[in-house]
Amino acid sequence: MTTQIHEAGQVSAVAATTAPEAPAARRVVRPIPMTRLVGVELRKMFDTRAGFWLMASVGIVSVLATAAVIIWAPDEAITQNTFSTAIGMPLSVVLPIIAILSVTGEYSQRTGLTTYTLVPWRGRVMSAKVVSTLLVGVAAMVLALAVGALGNVVGSAITGLDAVWDVSLAQFGNIVLANVLGMLMGFMLGVLFRSSAGAIVGYFVYSLVLPVAFGALAAFQGWFRDLQPWVDVNFAVTRLYDQTMTAEYWQQLGVATLVWLWIPLAIGLRAILRAEVK
Amino acid sequence: MISVEHLTKQYGPFTAVDNVSFTAATGRVTGFLGPNGAGKSTTMRIMVGLTRPSTGHVTVSGRDYRELVNPGLEVGVLLDASAQHAGRTGREILAIAAQTMGLPKSSVAETLARVGLTEDEAERRVRNYSLGMRQRLGIATALIGDPQVLILDEPANGLDPAGIRWMRDLLRGFADQGGTVLLSSHLLHEIEVIADDIVVIGHGHIVAQGSKAELLAAAGTLVRTADPSQQDRLARALHEASVVTTPIDGGLRADADPELVGETAHRAGVVLRELRAADGAGLEEMFLELTADTAREGAAA
Repeated sequence: MTTQIHEAGQVSAVAATTAPEAPAARRVVRPIPMTRLVGVELRKMFDTRAGFWLMASVGIVSVLATAAVIIWAPDEAITQNTFSTAIGMPLSVVLPIIAILSVTGEYSQRTGLTTYTLVPWRGRVMSAKVVSTLLVGVAAMVLALAVGALGNVVGSAITGLDAVWDVSLAQFGNIVLANVLGMLMGFMLGVLFRSSAGAIVGYFVYSLVLPVAFGALAAFQGWFRDLQPWVDVNFAVTRLYDQTMTAEYWQQLGVATLVWLWIPLAIGLRAILRAEVK
Repeated sequence: MISVEHLTKQYGPFTAVDNVSFTAATGRVTGFLGPNGAGKSTTMRIMVGLTRPSTGHVTVSGRDYRELVNPGLEVGVLLDASAQHAGRTGREILAIAAQTMGLPKSSVAETLARVGLTEDEAERRVRNYSLGMRQRLGIATALIGDPQVLILDEPANGLDPAGIRWMRDLLRGFADQGGTVLLSSHLLHEIEVIADDIVVIGHGHIVAQGSKAELLAAAGTLVRTADPSQQDRLARALHEASVVTTPIDGGLRADADPELVGETAHRAGVVLRELRAADGAGLEEMFLELTADTAREGAAA
């Protein structure tokens, strides 16, 4: 029986017309450039239904928030600052989730098996993910700025007042920085948890539970009040939105992010480079 | 060529892969055979740099996998056909691989045709794929870079008989044109049909390896007496001639070549009904033993 199958195999191998092309001639194989990896990672952020709508939600949220301001805000509040705040709040939730999923998708969906086989240098894959995530973040911020500006023009035309342009370039820069830090925090949680559910829960603990806990501590314990800006990362980051940053504020931002962002990010990246991919 | 040298992988006190060495030669299809949990997938993951070995190393075409500058163009890998984002279409998954390797867009449609996925199927999301379709897509991902080496973990899993035949022809053609193929399976039959060389692994170490012909020849002789009551007499005679025998399917398997068995039977005056080289009976027995061990452990756990 075995012999028969074997012979049949040889016969059909000779007759086979669907055999693959000759792999014999060796080609010149060029290294994979970083730009290509960034392009691939960007593509992977958009090419699923979930990913696409997550990205689309950036635009949708901007438009809805702008419309809400035009409809409900009192006339004197129709300023560029109101629009940027209204759009910025929901965006600061959506953007870190985009960052989280760019990492955890490789593990939750197990696509890492293919990704890391085609690109067996995980540090490069992670770098490409950071770059593509930040590109999306900055593009989203510029889009939000444009939608907000349009809203300001339309809103002012409706109220009949002159449009108030009260967001300076420096302020916009700070807002972008705050969102970039938020995305990096999402990225860090993704790298640390390597699971979508875990990282998203972690993110809500970070952005909802911790600020309340620190706030309560500061409210009831006098000794903590001076310490809070140094250890409460949300407190330190939120200042970027609405306050003029002083040298001390920057230092506090640096210290808080060192503890809550940079060190855990380094630990997570180290784990990603070493962990077994299954 | 793939060369595995003294590979060991330990997880705490458990040794998943134990000093494994073998070679998958150029121009041949090497079957990596073992029951589930024998260490096949771990060995393959180590080959492509997804898992770090405790000791030992693997070279593919003479180099460490991580030294390849664009591995997809040199080694086609399929480790788990189900490890794909369920929300992507088959075409998209292949397009991502092509883009990563820097291949032209046209290669996607060509490769889809080559593995027999229709345009309509390629547009569907992978969540709606059967296991067989996922395997074809996985093989497409492995083939698209026109590599010289293929590493495929259980590629025939989920394929129907026609699919297995297709895969056999595909791999045969690939090897005949100078490619190297390593494929794993937990089914002896699949490996027998497809492979030229066989490496058998059980409990993390290699229990047999060689060409299929060698392993089948090593299986000894199958002999049946015309009168079943004479079987004991033949067994005794063979035993006196220092030949080990095992009863099998109303006959005997003897660890000797057919000539010696025939001669012994003649001298003992036993009439034979059948005398032939035992096609893989030894391999099958050995494999069953391995599988039975695992099954027992599974039942005890």
